[in-house]
Amino acid sequence: MVQICTMIPVAKEVGSLRAMGSGGIVSPTGNPELTPEKEKQFRRELVLRALQILKEDVRE
Amino acid sequence: MAEKIRVVHYLNQFFAQIGGEEKADIGPGFKEGPTGPGRALQQALMEHGEVIATLFCGDNYFAEHAEEATEELLRQMARCKAHLLIAGPAFESGRYGVACGAICQAAQERLGIHALAGMDEENAGAALYCKNVYIINSGDSVVRMLPALQRMVTLGIKLVRGAPLGRPEEEGYIPRGIKRNAFAAKPPAERAVDMLLAKIRGAPFKSEIAAPQFHHIKPAAALRDLSSAVIALVTDGGLVTEGNPERMEPGRPTRFTTIPVEGIDRLDPKQFDVVHSGYDTAFANQDPHRLVPLDVMRELEQQGIIGKLHESIHATGGAHAAVENATRIGQSIAERLKSAGVNGVILTST
Repeated sequence: MVQICTMIPVAKEVGSLRAMGSGGIVSPTGNPELTPEKEKQFRRELVLRALQILKEDVRE
Repeated sequence: MAEKIRVVHYLNQFFAQIGGEEKADIGPGFKEGPTGPGRALQQALMEHGEVIATLFCGDNYFAEHAEEATEELLRQMARCKAHLLIAGPAFESGRYGVACGAICQAAQERLGIHALAGMDEENAGAALYCKNVYIINSGDSVVRMLPALQRMVTLGIKLVRGAPLGRPEEEGYIPRGIKRNAFAAKPPAERAVDMLLAKIRGAPFKSEIAAPQFHHIKPAAALRDLSSAVIALVTDGGLVTEGNPERMEPGRPTRFTTIPVEGIDRLDPKQFDVVHSGYDTAFANQDPHRLVPLDVMRELEQQGIIGKLHESIHATGGAHAAVENATRIGQSIAERLKSAGVNGVILTST
């Protein structure tokens, strides 16, 4: 499981070790300040990074 | 000779011999007499009691419709004029354990009948219900069914007869956090020094107060190959279908919803809402992809970068979640995904 979230220290504290940064509290997988096309591109890059993290070993 | 104890046995769909995961959605049901492990339960009861009925419910149905399921099961229990409800043992099945705890608590509170459950001490149901319900620690292996049932029967008979109960470690139930005063042979100062001396010598000693246990979660192994992997989307940001028909709680969640997305390649804002008291949901409401990246995941599936996008989004709203509830919700979702063959999850949180 990879978690896209804002408060990474909290996530890691409870054991969500594959936590990664998001687009923010109100838009974890988006960015309302971008145009729709650029926002979707941002989302794609975020998701690809998340999928990459699923392929990585993580030490406890 | 005391009156024979009328026992009702609660089981899930599997132990009630209805079916496996594919039958986890069945609603509450009733069978006369003992079923499955209920027969061993009857043998353990011997002449003290009779398993007059088996009540069952699908694990998913109970997880998703706890209130309705409880009402119906209580109705059946009342109709049977049961003296004692025995639920499980559920071992490490989280949804089942939670259902056992819930139905026992409801039976105690609403019908005033004695109740007890059995499950592993790590079961989410144990954390939630051990304070209010006697839960025999069955361990996590079905292989230990008979010893678990025996302990459950022994405890059940004591409860019904009003016999005094021993300490948790004697009777085999999970500690309920109840303290009773007792006289010790030595005063505390002497006991403390004895304990310290034993510790210094490296001799065994037992702490009188148990240190809190933090559950250690082992991270999953890395995925080898994304192109054949089934990936599921999960969120605690409060995605719901339009109008929130299931009345998902905006805060202090107690459950999750399952949103089917088979054949859907975008989340139409008119068909979805976001219900969550912990953040400004306006942006996610405008475009639900800001919370759950379905559009991108569907493209990645079509491009072969992932093998398959799982057919449902599991969603809850994580505002002010009680740790116990959050744990139970997470474990329930994980169980479903695991049994559906999902290999990896992207969890999106605010």
